[in-house]
This record gives sequence, structure tokens and C-alpha cells, in this order.
Amino acid sequence: MLTLEPNIAVGRIAADGALSITLSGAWTLRSGFPSAGPIAREIATSRPRSLVFDVRDLGAWDSALVTFLRHLDALCESHQVAMRRDALPVGVQRLLALAEAVPEKPGVRRTSVHTPWIARLGTTAGSVSAVAFVGEVASATWRLTRRSARFRIGDLAVVVQECGVQALPIVTLISILVGMILAFVGAVQLTRFGAQIYVADLVAIAVVREMGCIMTGIIMAGRTGSGFAAQLGTMKVTQEIDALTTLGLPSIEFLVLPRIVALCLMMPILCVYADVLGIVGGAGVGVSMLDLTLVQYVRETVAAITLTSFATGIAKSVFFGALIAIAGCLRGMQCGKSSASVGEAATSAVVTGIVLIIAADGLFAVLLNVLGI
Amino acid sequence: MADPRAHIVVHALTLAYGDRVVLTDLDFSVKRGQVFIVMGPSGCGKSTVLRNLIGLDEPAKGDVFYGDVNFTRAAAGEREAILRRVGVLYQSGALWSSMTLAENVGFPLEEYTDLTRDEIRDVASLKLALVGLEGFEDYYPAEISGGMQKRAGLARAIALDPEALLLDEPSAGLDPVSSRLLDDLILQLRDSLGATIVVVTHELASIFTIGDDSVFLDAETRTAIAGGSPKELLAHSTDARVRRFLTRGAEGDPGGRADG
Repeated sequence: MLTLEPNIAVGRIAADGALSITLSGAWTLRSGFPSAGPIAREIATSRPRSLVFDVRDLGAWDSALVTFLRHLDALCESHQVAMRRDALPVGVQRLLALAEAVPEKPGVRRTSVHTPWIARLGTTAGSVSAVAFVGEVASATWRLTRRSARFRIGDLAVVVQECGVQALPIVTLISILVGMILAFVGAVQLTRFGAQIYVADLVAIAVVREMGCIMTGIIMAGRTGSGFAAQLGTMKVTQEIDALTTLGLPSIEFLVLPRIVALCLMMPILCVYADVLGIVGGAGVGVSMLDLTLVQYVRETVAAITLTSFATGIAKSVFFGALIAIAGCLRGMQCGKSSASVGEAATSAVVTGIVLIIAADGLFAVLLNVLGI
Repeated sequence: MADPRAHIVVHALTLAYGDRVVLTDLDFSVKRGQVFIVMGPSGCGKSTVLRNLIGLDEPAKGDVFYGDVNFTRAAAGEREAILRRVGVLYQSGALWSSMTLAENVGFPLEEYTDLTRDEIRDVASLKLALVGLEGFEDYYPAEISGGMQKRAGLARAIALDPEALLLDEPSAGLDPVSSRLLDDLILQLRDSLGATIVVVTHELASIFTIGDDSVFLDAETRTAIAGGSPKELLAHSTDARVRRFLTRGAEGDPGGRADG
């Protein structure tokens, strides 16, 4: 009997209006359970006054049976049929009673409400809090220049280390490769005109003006911006930020400012480093593949770089550093209360950071063009 | 093992983290269908015992038996089969924060049964109703209170109708009323599911309300120094350390009124 499939047999209605339901076989989660459809139809057509159960052939049972009976119970209630449980196993009766012990609070169940997209625009993505955050950062920075903002120098040193020295290996790799790729692409075109010497100009100007600061920015958005968001997000989850706030220590000054300052200090240094290595990568390709001598390549490079283009790159990198740090800290401070939201904050910090870098670079290009620099 | 009613048997167990020995020569057996308390002062290794019972930590010496099967020496597949019949409630609930409560409870069902999605949802609703959380199916763990998270964790622990239920400090961090309700729930689950329940706790009220049997761990001697029904222990134990613990320090003071 124990191995039998779960089965329902709907009997006839007795003289007292009781519909007999025979449950047999094993009702376990492993085997699944049959649908209450036949019983529902019988209740709807013959309208019994009550349901009685015959469980003589019932084998093993677990939550599957209880789930089924809860369904039936709801069905009976909606058709005003009494469900007589006294024949059921004692354990089942107890579980049913326990499940009903705490009735559902009205209004607690979630229903999905449709909001028009224009209404959602104002509330999603933390647009309001983003504006407020930028405002707070601006006023904290102003206090910093007036020397009334507070943070611990030790914190700043740790962040400087994290986003400075520790970023060097990845910046090295990416910069050399970008320099080499630029030289390759240029070489293919320029050798057709016998102008391979201008590969040096191409690499120098592209790296110093654009690629150096953009690639560093994207690297830092990926490794440091997301790191900021994850750190602050976790601090939010573990109530560390609340602890700062209740001590009267503004989290913007103690947590956000050191990160922004550190990144603004380190980005130009990393950018100069990336410029140099990008040129080294280009020189590698130029010397080894284009029959240029190292001296030729270096002289051409030096002639191509102007102080203006060099300074443009550095200025942009400081600006990008601020954007990355603000995006990372913003997403961290907007983080929810669960471990999943920390991950979302980190992802969102990278996306926001990269979008801001590219958009700002476009703006710089237009601006410098208009100003004739 | 010898006693056919024994469900979980711990035999000559020595627990250590690296070189640091936490507990030595631990022997106790948990009878089927009883609530068994692992108690003792903070830092005596209560939670470590629990972690060893479910294989999260490996004992330095000794064995854990589930029925006749030696869990400690069992192969990975056999262990998994045993663990599938064991439900665990972790100290902080340990609900997966990216899933709703119904998904949290339904996840083990999804993995280990062939039920359809609607059926899983129904079973999950039942389990949540059993712990008094009917209607909270679509809430995320972060949106409900700590006590509710504990109860939802319990609903997940009983998702697969386990034969044994291990609870790590179920009433820690709960107010007295919630913790009393949770105790009642544990007793009701024992009676209706017929499950064996192991509770790690140092809440005296809980210990006396729900405990059928117990083991008392001592931090200094690093082993079990008493066992049996908590109420019996309170009435008859002559050990000063046990009396001090069970009377909240009112008796068994090492300086004077010893061996109350």
C-alpha cells in the first residue's frame, strides 16, 4: 500500500448531505499530489453540506497532503461546505490547526500595482537622492577648503594606497596594450603612404590627450568605484553608518570626502604613468615592426606632444577621479539593507562611473574645441 | 547503535579549531521525537557541536551517527542523503536576501522534488502559515522584522519535512513574548511533524519550557559535565557549575553557597 500513487476517489452523497472523499496511496512531496479538480466539480454540481474523509488506505503522508487539504479547505469555505477533519490522521489535524493559528493580517499580502512610467521616473534610480548627495558633497568640499570639514588622515592614507600603488599593475598592463594597439592600427594605414614615422605622433597625441586618462578612468571605475560602493554599502547594511550618524559624525565628511580627495590626488599620477607606458607600448611596436630607431621615435614623440595636450589629459583625469568617487560613494550610500543590494550597488557604481566618464569626455571635447585649445 | 530510539548519536567527539581544542570526549545521544538541548555558558562550543553535527566542521576525533549510519565517516553522497532529511535554522536566520520568503522556502523543494511551480508555491505558503507568516510570501527578508526572519528561517528548515531539526539559538535577539511563541511553535512542530529537534541555546526560559533531554557543556573542563531533563537537573544536580547556570547565578557560587 505504501508505494501506491496518491489517489482521490469521490464517493456519493449520503442522506445527511455528506460527500465522502477517499484518499489512498502515499502522499509525499517526492511523488507530487493530484489536483483537487474532481472534488471542486463535484462540490459545484451536487452541492453537498459537508465533506468527510476515508483514509483507511492512506499510506505515508507529509506536507503534500496538508497542502492539498488546505486547498480543499479554502474551496469548502467559498462554497460554504463544512470540512469534517475528525477522520484525518491526528498529525494532519494538528498541522492544519497550526497553519490556521495565526490568521493572515488584512492588507499584508502583496498585490502588484501598476505605476505609469512617468511617475516611476521621479522615484526610481534614486534621482532625488542623487541630487541631494551631490549637493551635500559640494558643501562638504567647501567646508574642507575652509578647513572646517573633518576626517581622519589615516582613512585618507588607506584609500590613497588602495587606489594608488595597488592599481599600478593593472594600469601598467592596460596602458602598454592600448599603446601597442594604437600603433598597430596606425601602422597599417600610415605605411601605405610611407609615413610610418607618424605612428609616433599618432600614439603620443592619442594617448596623452585621450586614451591615458580615459583608460585609467575606466580601470579605476571598475576596481575602485565598485570597491567604494561595496565598502559603503556593507557599512550601511551592518549599521556602521548609523553608528557614525548617531555620534554626530557626518558620514559624507568621514567616509565620502577622503575617498574623493584620494582619487582626485591619485588619478593624475596614474594618468601620467599611463601616458608614459602607452608611449612605451607604441614605441615597442614602432621599433620592432616599422624599422624606426628608438631615437627617431622618441624625437618624433617629443615634438608631437604639446604642454596643452598633456595638461588637458591631466585636468580631465582629476575630473574623472571626482566623478568615479562620487558615483561609487553615491551608490554605496543608496544601498539597501540586504547582501544582494551591496552587489547591485557595486554594479551600478561601475555603470554610473563609466557613463559619466564617457559623457564628460565628450563634453570636454566640445568645450576645448569651442575654446580653441 | 544500541538504543533503537536514538536518532543522533555523538560518540567520543573531540572538536578543535586547528591546535585549539574546544571540546573533548563528548558523548550523548538524541532520542527520536524529542527536543534535545545543547546548553552551556557562552564560548563553551555549543554552536561548534551543531556545526559538526551537519558537517560544516569536521571533528578532530570521534564520530556522529544518524541512526545506524556513521555520518563522520560517510562518503559525500551518503552525507548529502542524510542532510536532506535534516533541517537547520541558523543563528541569524540566514535567509537568502535576493529571494522572497516564498522563494526561500521553495528553493529546497525546487531542487529536491518534482513538484510544479504552483505546487511549490502552495507548499511554501503552508510552511509559512505553519510559522505564522501567512500572507508574507512576497516579502524580502530585509523587509520583515528579526523575529519574523527567524520564523521564516524555521519555515525554510522544515521545507522538506525533515526528520531532524537543528536550531542554533532560535530565541537569541527576540523579545520574551516572541521567544515564548517560538518555543510553543517548536513544541507544536515536534508533536505534529514528529521530528527530532536539537536546540543550541542558553536561554533558561526556553530550556525549561521545551527541553526533554539535554547535555551541559563546560568551557573550563571542555567536555559535557551533565545531561538529562533540564527540570530534573535543576531539581537534583549537585554540580556547582550546573546549578549556577540553571539558577542564573543565584546558587552554586564557587565562593560560598556551593552545591545547593
